[in-house]
Amino acid sequence: MILLWYILIPAVAAPLAWLLSLSRPQAARWVAVAGTSLPLALVTWQWVAQAGALRAAFAAHGPGVAGLVQGTWLADIHAAWISPLGISFFLAEDGLTLIMLVLTFAMGLLAVLASWRGIQERVGFFHFMILWTTAALAGVFLSLDLFLFYFFFEMMLIPMYFVIALWGHEKRVYAAIKFFIFTQASGLLMLIAILALYFIHGRATGTYTFDFTQLLGTQMPSATAFLLMLGFFAAFAVKLPAFPLHTWLPDAHTEAPTAGSVILAGVLIKIGAYGMIRFMVPLFPQAVYDFRTVGMVLAVIGIIYGAVMAYAQRDLKRLVAYTSVSHMGFVLLGIFAWNTLALQGVVLQIVCHALSTGALFILVGTLQDRVHTRDMTKMGGLWAVAPRMGGTAMFFALASLGLPGLGNFVAEFLILVGTWQVSKWAAVLGAVGLVFATVYALWMMQRAFQGEETHALRFNDLVPRETGMYAALIAALVVLGFYPQPLIATVRQTVTSVQQITAGSPLSPKPTSAVQVGIPADRAPAAAAVADGTTTDGGR
Amino acid sequence: MAAVSLDHGLILAAILFVIGFVGLLTRRNLIVVLACIEIMLNAAGLAFVVAGARWGRADGQVMFLFVLAMAAAEVAVGLALAIRFRQSLGRLDVDDADEMKG
Amino acid sequence: MLQLLWIIPALPAAGFVVLALLNRHLGRRAAAVIGAGSVGLSAVVALLVAVSFIASPPPGDVYRQVLWTWFDTGGLAPQIAFYLDAMSVIFVVVITFVGFLIHLYSTEFMERDEGYTRFFMYMNLFVASMLVLVLADNLLLLYLGWEGVGLCSYLLISFWQRDLQNVYAGRKAFIVTRIGDTALIIGLFLLFTQLHTLAIQPLMAGAAKEWPVGSGFAVAAAALLLGGAVGKSAQLPLQTWLPDAMAGPTPVSALIHAATMVTAGVYLIARTNVLFTLAPDVRLAVAIVGTVTLLYACFCALAQHDIKRVLAYSTMSQIGYMFLALGVAGWSAAIFHFMTHAFFKALLFLAAGAVIESLGGEHDIFKMGGLRRKLPTAFWAFIVGAASLAAMPLVTSGFYSKDLIIETSLGSVDGNAWLWLGALVGSLLTSIYAFRLVFVVFFGDQQTPVTRRPRWRMLLPLWVLSALSLIGGFVWLPEWMGSFHPLENFLGEALPPLKTVASSFAYTGVSALLTSLVAVVGVALATVWLVESRAALGDFAARPTPHALQEFWLNGWGFDWLYEHVFVIPVKWFARVARNDLVEPAFSGLAWLNVQAWRALSASQNGVLRVYIAVAGVGLVVILAFVVLR
Repeated sequence: MILLWYILIPAVAAPLAWLLSLSRPQAARWVAVAGTSLPLALVTWQWVAQAGALRAAFAAHGPGVAGLVQGTWLADIHAAWISPLGISFFLAEDGLTLIMLVLTFAMGLLAVLASWRGIQERVGFFHFMILWTTAALAGVFLSLDLFLFYFFFEMMLIPMYFVIALWGHEKRVYAAIKFFIFTQASGLLMLIAILALYFIHGRATGTYTFDFTQLLGTQMPSATAFLLMLGFFAAFAVKLPAFPLHTWLPDAHTEAPTAGSVILAGVLIKIGAYGMIRFMVPLFPQAVYDFRTVGMVLAVIGIIYGAVMAYAQRDLKRLVAYTSVSHMGFVLLGIFAWNTLALQGVVLQIVCHALSTGALFILVGTLQDRVHTRDMTKMGGLWAVAPRMGGTAMFFALASLGLPGLGNFVAEFLILVGTWQVSKWAAVLGAVGLVFATVYALWMMQRAFQGEETHALRFNDLVPRETGMYAALIAALVVLGFYPQPLIATVRQTVTSVQQITAGSPLSPKPTSAVQVGIPADRAPAAAAVADGTTTDGGR
Repeated sequence: MAAVSLDHGLILAAILFVIGFVGLLTRRNLIVVLACIEIMLNAAGLAFVVAGARWGRADGQVMFLFVLAMAAAEVAVGLALAIRFRQSLGRLDVDDADEMKG
Repeated sequence: MLQLLWIIPALPAAGFVVLALLNRHLGRRAAAVIGAGSVGLSAVVALLVAVSFIASPPPGDVYRQVLWTWFDTGGLAPQIAFYLDAMSVIFVVVITFVGFLIHLYSTEFMERDEGYTRFFMYMNLFVASMLVLVLADNLLLLYLGWEGVGLCSYLLISFWQRDLQNVYAGRKAFIVTRIGDTALIIGLFLLFTQLHTLAIQPLMAGAAKEWPVGSGFAVAAAALLLGGAVGKSAQLPLQTWLPDAMAGPTPVSALIHAATMVTAGVYLIARTNVLFTLAPDVRLAVAIVGTVTLLYACFCALAQHDIKRVLAYSTMSQIGYMFLALGVAGWSAAIFHFMTHAFFKALLFLAAGAVIESLGGEHDIFKMGGLRRKLPTAFWAFIVGAASLAAMPLVTSGFYSKDLIIETSLGSVDGNAWLWLGALVGSLLTSIYAFRLVFVVFFGDQQTPVTRRPRWRMLLPLWVLSALSLIGGFVWLPEWMGSFHPLENFLGEALPPLKTVASSFAYTGVSALLTSLVAVVGVALATVWLVESRAALGDFAARPTPHALQEFWLNGWGFDWLYEHVFVIPVKWFARVARNDLVEPAFSGLAWLNVQAWRALSASQNGVLRVYIAVAGVGLVVILAFVVLR
């Protein structure tokens, strides 16, 4: 039942915010704060309370069964919805979902706080949209029925479109339409793949269902599987975004209001990673394996190309947007590497990227509110004007370039070391991407904050509300940098179970890590034999 | 009364239809256009009547009555439009009514 | 006492946090007390720990302190743990002690700068990172310290960030070292994947057990670590950042770019000596890199006229000596030279800082001159430092450590005559440029008035470091002076002993004689050179070397130019070309096609009724024809 609350609280708060704003606009902000912080508190409480349960489930059931056997979810709801078509209202939560929910609500709250001053028009409608997006995002991460998943996937698109189109910057309509078309077109490809899967499974077994757990392991010709995998990949690669489908992202991020950018960068693009881990790879492990080389090449190109493009930008917000392309390249790399190290790194990267990039977007937003430009050629020397802001920017720039001691480093290290075991060249080129990350991060600091101060620019340093937000994000990144274990332990069950699902394919992890995470000894030799094949002809 | 053969009737209908159609394409005066439409409608009606006569059924004549009723309605509406047209554009040239071009 | 180990890095780290949080609310005095005090306390604790370590050695001569497990997944479970052995004892003591002296010096040196608190904040973070680096139990934690010091180097080089020139220098330092760091981290991937751990000692044991000498993995791993070391220690081919790094405040150059951070590469190679023993080819490469760099840097130093750049090249050159020692398996000798170098190079930089500060920020040595009466302390400190750098026989610490390296480069089983010759020539050149600097700066006519004199907080470190530069070498005397080498014995607990083919009384005696001779000849040559050029040309400002060659050396043999054209310009060009995204045309092309289609179709919607009718008629005819004639 708790799962329903995660969707319902923001969904109910949304119209409430709108209605209350008709009499008092400020009320909408407080409703939105409540509508995001309540579920945040709830999910945090659940995290703390269930930490023991997670460990117990891991110990009792071994790594494999989690989430796929009744009763091993942290919580689930399975209700009939449109029974004749095999559509059910199936929500379930495991460690990964938990993390994604924490992220969703935290970023939602952050988005509300970040627009406290920036949004002054149609305040009620704005918060309606933000809360509606939050509810839909929670639905996306919770649903395990593919139809329901698609339903929420599309549902979050519309409010996001309005957020960009109504409250965005100069080219907002263009950006919003581009965002909408990219997401919608690729989402339709996924819908086709889902329907095809539905019919193939139905013909083979006689049960027509959209239930993900039942669709797993559907037998089909490998060419068909590859096509269906591509359908899913298209949707998730656009969301992620992976090179070369990334071009909507710089526009959308740049033109969106701060809150929109925070939600886009913090949560929305993470759906791509989540969808690949949860659905794409488990459904089509063999096809993903066949696609691995291409996927890794795209990931590596994304890492380096994104970083160079970030360096090339003049618009500060666009620069930050391109860093997302680069960082999501790491995520894609880790997903295609598909071993414990890389997957843990991916989850950590999802969280840390949300925190660091979200903070950078807020920073750019506050800067734009004060200097009324995003053009870096018109900035310079801002450190002298606002030292606290400069220090904060430096911190997040360093997080972005993967400085050890901050969460992003642990994430990128895990991804790359995991990738190394699959493809040495991909890991080497990914590591080279870190050099380029240094280039753009320091360039950004130099252009905006260092150098001689510009005379025209005089403005206030951070106010307490902003300082509070940044302090929380900084603390989170430092904690993740020095002690990411709680997060790792939370998703461990999920990471091993999705690998277990794909154990029959060449994607399964190497024997060393398999032994380490405690796969029963009788399974290990089989895994070893398969994994050896992986190392010899894997995606080099 | 010597029965008109089906072929002759249909050919006449076709000729009338073509006359109306060509008039529709070539003439620009709205009134003439309406008249041409009238000719085309009657050509179709003639075809119905001839066909009905050929098969000895009343359906064709019934249809012609419908066509007549419709033509009357059409003329009523059409002439009303023509008056409005004249009032707003000053002329009755149909080519002036191109405000809906893409 | 050893349990206090974690406090050593924790103190400066805490200092950093406090300074960062209270930045604006702290007065200068408070910032100085916190900044210098935390490092001072740390030095005291380090001394206590060192004394305790020597007086009652822990079992196995190693003390390990686990704080917590960093993370644990997929078989990778690095710990936040510190590892103390003889080598790290030396590093920790030198870092905290020299670090404290330089902090003390900075409290006066920086007192008129804005961002005083920020300066101590970065300095404290640096000391903490450096201590983590040398105390790290595993390579990942070492990498954390490694990047941390790189970051602080960047922050401090660009400390005076209003001037974009400084920012550029800082950025260059960070990026160039990060290229080396990338090699290092790839080495970590390799080591973990092959040996399933990153903890240094198990890693070394595993490597020794699993890999035969000269095996591919060992060579690859050692080469990758060497890549990291080369970047951090400013050796060829990643040396270009160090001279520019002199844009930072002088105490920074003393601490980071002379005494401590740049020797991190030496530490890394010494720490992973097992790998380098397994890869003789790479070790030879280390020796060659060291020798070539030391000669390269000597030539560059001869041509410089910025006092700090001379010292920067001399640092590069002295680290070249350490690399040479490492390359011929003289592990302990390298550490010995690190120690004496930390003393005399910090001394030289601090003395140079006193000179620069007294002359109101003047860096050009040809605008100095005649300062020996005005700034006697700086003068004597400089003399001591330069003598030590030039390895003046018997009385300086630099002599003992450098002589040991020169002797080892031939006497070791891995040594050869070329390396030895290079080291000896380098020593001659070092002596020349060191004393050229002394003569130009302190003798002759005064060119710039002295505006400010150093007070005790700047003078005290100079005295202490002078004393250390003189006596610091007596912990390891050469064979011909008697068998007194406590340092070797001490380091022998942590590092493998040197295998020599020649270490007799006579051999070491001849070697020392040669080293001494070369040093003295160098001074003589410097004197002759400068006196002659002065007689001929009137003053030092007219540069005595041939113009083109001097330009070439002055610009570091054109490496900057080369890298600019090979790497920087292509990337910039690509960035400019691709600014609007190379992929974008594909999608905007799709949009353009749609727009064209829309144009074409909307042209048919011309609003002429008769055309519509005609088209409808034609369409009808076509359809009818199709249906009827089919």
